[in-house]
Amino acid sequence: MDKDIKRLSLILLMAPFALWILLLIIIPHVGIFLLSLREKISYKEFTYGLGNYIEFLNEPIYWNTLLRTGSMSLLVTILALLIGFPVAYYIAKVARKKSKGALFLLCLLPLWVSELIRTFGWILLLRETGVVSGFLQTIGIIDQPVEFLYNDVTVIMGLVYTVMLFMIVPLVSTLDGMDDAMVEAGYNLGGSGFTVLRRIIIPYAMPGIVAGSIVVFMLAAGSYLTPILLGGKNSSWFTEQIYDQFITRYNWESGAAFGFLLLAFTSIVVWLGLRLTGQSLATTVAKD
Amino acid sequence: MEYDLTCESVCKKFGEFTAVDDVSFQIPSGSFFSILGPSGCGKTTLMRMIAGFESTTSGDIKIKGNSVLSLPPNKRNVKMVFQHLALFPMMNVFENIAYGLRCQGVGKEEIKRKVQDVLERVSLPDVGSKEISQLSGGQKQRIAIARCMVLDPDVLLLDEPLGALDLKLRESMKIELKLLQHQFNTTFIYITHDQSEALVMSDNVAVMNQGRFEQIGTPQALYHKPASAFVAGFVGDANRWSGRVVEGADGAVKVQTDGGLSLVGTAAGGSLSGSGTDVEIFVRPEFITVARAKGDAPAQVNGQNHQRGVVDSLLFNGANSRVLVRSTNNQLIEADFLLTGGTDDLKPGDAVDLSWSIERSACFQAARG
Repeated sequence: MDKDIKRLSLILLMAPFALWILLLIIIPHVGIFLLSLREKISYKEFTYGLGNYIEFLNEPIYWNTLLRTGSMSLLVTILALLIGFPVAYYIAKVARKKSKGALFLLCLLPLWVSELIRTFGWILLLRETGVVSGFLQTIGIIDQPVEFLYNDVTVIMGLVYTVMLFMIVPLVSTLDGMDDAMVEAGYNLGGSGFTVLRRIIIPYAMPGIVAGSIVVFMLAAGSYLTPILLGGKNSSWFTEQIYDQFITRYNWESGAAFGFLLLAFTSIVVWLGLRLTGQSLATTVAKD
Repeated sequence: MEYDLTCESVCKKFGEFTAVDDVSFQIPSGSFFSILGPSGCGKTTLMRMIAGFESTTSGDIKIKGNSVLSLPPNKRNVKMVFQHLALFPMMNVFENIAYGLRCQGVGKEEIKRKVQDVLERVSLPDVGSKEISQLSGGQKQRIAIARCMVLDPDVLLLDEPLGALDLKLRESMKIELKLLQHQFNTTFIYITHDQSEALVMSDNVAVMNQGRFEQIGTPQALYHKPASAFVAGFVGDANRWSGRVVEGADGAVKVQTDGGLSLVGTAAGGSLSGSGTDVEIFVRPEFITVARAKGDAPAQVNGQNHQRGVVDSLLFNGANSRVLVRSTNNQLIEADFLLTGGTDDLKPGDAVDLSWSIERSACFQAARG
């Protein structure tokens, strides 16, 4: 009787989760995978094969876009880490208990506004007739309006801004767990500030660094709005390619193949990152 | 005499609060020095100033005769064993010990030799490749000490490192620490709130209270000749009564306790200001002799206090057993008594005579207010 209740409650608890996994993750992926193997011969006539993938390899613009998306996302990840680490260290170790919550809230604040609005904020600032251009003209640094939008620097800046929180949160939580005495012991035993950072703080924070980097890389590589709106036609982001295939060219087969390639590519990069840092998913993202 | 560490009128203020107040002391080379005090007395602040993690408000700290105030913590040859040891969990034992040597830029072969050497000295020769989490509490302790000692420090600071261990292990680590100190022949400064740790291990103990040193001396001196009521009460057990002087100011003084005991004590910690002075009287339980009551009145012996009473309860604790005696005027007095388990042991309700010498009844002038 007791056992049955336990089993029933387990089933009831797991049901929504199982449904979610099945309906929204597994079925679409299987569907997309099958779709990606389908080749159109003529109207309502299909054959199955790797044609869509071969087409991707034969067309440099496609895989160039994927590589560009990957390398720019890596750059975004590195920048987010470089900026996020000192911020996280300050919140976790330097700030007093009272201001900690407030600082954390400040990092969270941008997320209260939708991504679209935030990106429009950047547009208002950076467009030719925008605030920055106008200000620089007023103080006389430039003598005619300058367009700050639609270049790689702006895209990267916008992405770093969007993903920053996802880097800071895991870093703060790992650094919070670090005993101050450990840093003091590092100095006490003769280490310089740089040695303590390199040999003690960074190795200790490694799970947080890797977890944050994985999340940030995935978010950057898979983002759509920010690169499109800030980068315009020049952004050549891979998600834009996928969108084009599905919506503009109505070529679902090749769009599906691209989607799968993006998933495989980011998975490989994450796997490489884990191997290089000697971490595993269990010690980083899935850390309790 | 050469001094490894000298503190001259060291003060530390946090805003209005004075954590360390005009502390001066010298520690001879190769000795085991303890700073004993209740929590919040400023002992950890003092230690952090010696290590360089806190600045001094005034005063000077000298190591081997040279002032270190201007040196950052990583340039001082003072190493520290932290309260929770602060071993680096992401490094194995070898790397933990090698860390300090690497910082000094010692060569690879030299590091290997030195680490192995220090591991043998703490009698853990085979743990080099183990992870920190695989060590037991006592082993971690020894690795934390080895990590400091491999750098050959002038002074080793220990901040209550035994606090986290269980009782049995703590007892054996006390002896081990003392032996290690002898072996390395380095000056150890040991911070603790546990008087038995301080008494067992130290050559000299400083008792600290509210930022000041109350007394510095050998464990025996602190125990038998406490300089203040605080020291008498903090170090060791004692029967503690408050009372008033009836007669005398120096040497033997007649006192009456608030509970109505009248006894003769010895003025301690300077002379008292005559009759009517409020005093605190300390008598250690081991100096009170218990005997079964015979006859009508207790036999009077010169130089002794006497008190007749009834055994209230027995506090059995092996060799440290005690009896709690209720005196005729309803005061409880603790006295050491060996309970052998035989038929002649005292039982609650037995009438007893207590006696203790006048010299062993220390009377301190009570703090005003």
